[in-house]
Amino acid sequence: MWRAITTILWKDLKIELQTKEAFSASFVFSLMVLVIFNFTLDLTTEEAMKMGAGFLWIAFAFGGVLALNRSFALERDENCVQGLQLIPVDRGGIYLGKCIANTISMLITEIILLPLFAVFFNIDITERLPYLLAVLVLGTVGFSSVGTLISAMAVHTRMREVILPILLLPITVPVLIAAVEATAYALGADTDPSFWMRLLVIYDVIFVTVSFLTFGHILQE
Amino acid sequence: MARDRCGVLLVGLTLVSMIASLYMTFLWAPTERTMGDVQRIFYFHVPSAWVAFFAFLLVFVFSLAYLVRRNKRWDNISAASAEIGVLFCTLVLITGPIWAKPAWGVWWTWDARLTLTLVLWLIYVAYLMLRHYMPDPERRATFSAVLGVVGFIDVPLVYFSIRWWRTQHPQPVMSGGESSGLEPPMLATLLVCLGTFTLLFFALLRIRLRLQRLREEADEIQDRLEQTA
Repeated sequence: MWRAITTILWKDLKIELQTKEAFSASFVFSLMVLVIFNFTLDLTTEEAMKMGAGFLWIAFAFGGVLALNRSFALERDENCVQGLQLIPVDRGGIYLGKCIANTISMLITEIILLPLFAVFFNIDITERLPYLLAVLVLGTVGFSSVGTLISAMAVHTRMREVILPILLLPITVPVLIAAVEATAYALGADTDPSFWMRLLVIYDVIFVTVSFLTFGHILQE
Repeated sequence: MARDRCGVLLVGLTLVSMIASLYMTFLWAPTERTMGDVQRIFYFHVPSAWVAFFAFLLVFVFSLAYLVRRNKRWDNISAASAEIGVLFCTLVLITGPIWAKPAWGVWWTWDARLTLTLVLWLIYVAYLMLRHYMPDPERRATFSAVLGVVGFIDVPLVYFSIRWWRTQHPQPVMSGGESSGLEPPMLATLLVCLGTFTLLFFALLRIRLRLQRLREEADEIQDRLEQTA
């Protein structure tokens, strides 16, 4: 199991390091979202403080969708899905490897985006930085847990790239709400984030488990 | 295919029950004091919501059953149930604002129940889209079963997150929640309407499943014709 996870993980990260396709697409797109927010809303620093958490997560979510689409589109080219189906290991291992790879690639984009966000919107992110990073990790795990599962489904449909966000975004509503509220606290808002952190943890545990258990059905022919 | 006696009986029963519900809703139930006649939409709104939630529960149950047993019938029931659920969920989202405008003064408010209904609608519309865009029937059944399970497990999480989110963002106070003590005749009308909508759900489900069976038979006949030709 461990070997399956690490092998898949390394394979995906190596491909990503060589091509940088998922990263560049999701990074540029997320950046664009932030810039467009700035144009369309023309915020003062105070307003940006209030809404920054929301912008940040919209940018992450949209960028994440692109990265997740890439994750199994990669396997579809050259018929690699068939290869995955033939490996004699537990399907859950393949899922975890994929999910961790997606989480890492999304996190890298997010962490690079963060200082740019701080500069664009004039927001101090250093005040509760460890907290902010924790929220980032928990939220991203939640997003990519269901995202990896749905990405594996979406490659087999006719409207591949379109179907992923349509399926994923409503299911990740709790993650988005919780992550935005917890991020607002991390950016200096005067609220109690403990409920949201717990919700994120619960969501992550539930959906990693459910996806882990059901992934075999998706990969099977 | 033999005539579906049970189905005819079910549809007949639904029709009778519908007439009774219409009579009770519009003529028999007393007019609400503060909201007036518009409150009568309540007798359609609440049962629609009940049927929608019930239908989504069935999607979950039969999706799980499909994943365990791989019986094509369970997949058909999930699909039919999801379609009917989306239909009634749409009715909830239409009757809700019609009632909210005169009662609360706004068409829409991001209150926990309303928002949950909207998110549910989105999840199950996505479910139907997934089915629609999946050409291979076997895969369609498996994938949508997985989504049926994942989507339903998500419901309590969506509900709690929205409820907490609401308590942190102040909202205009709304008066006259529907649970503020129902008069016995109103309660009776509501119960009869709940029964009618449930019957209607099963009648629609039966018709939908029959349609599916006929479609499969027709496909089979066509296949055979092509083979002999």
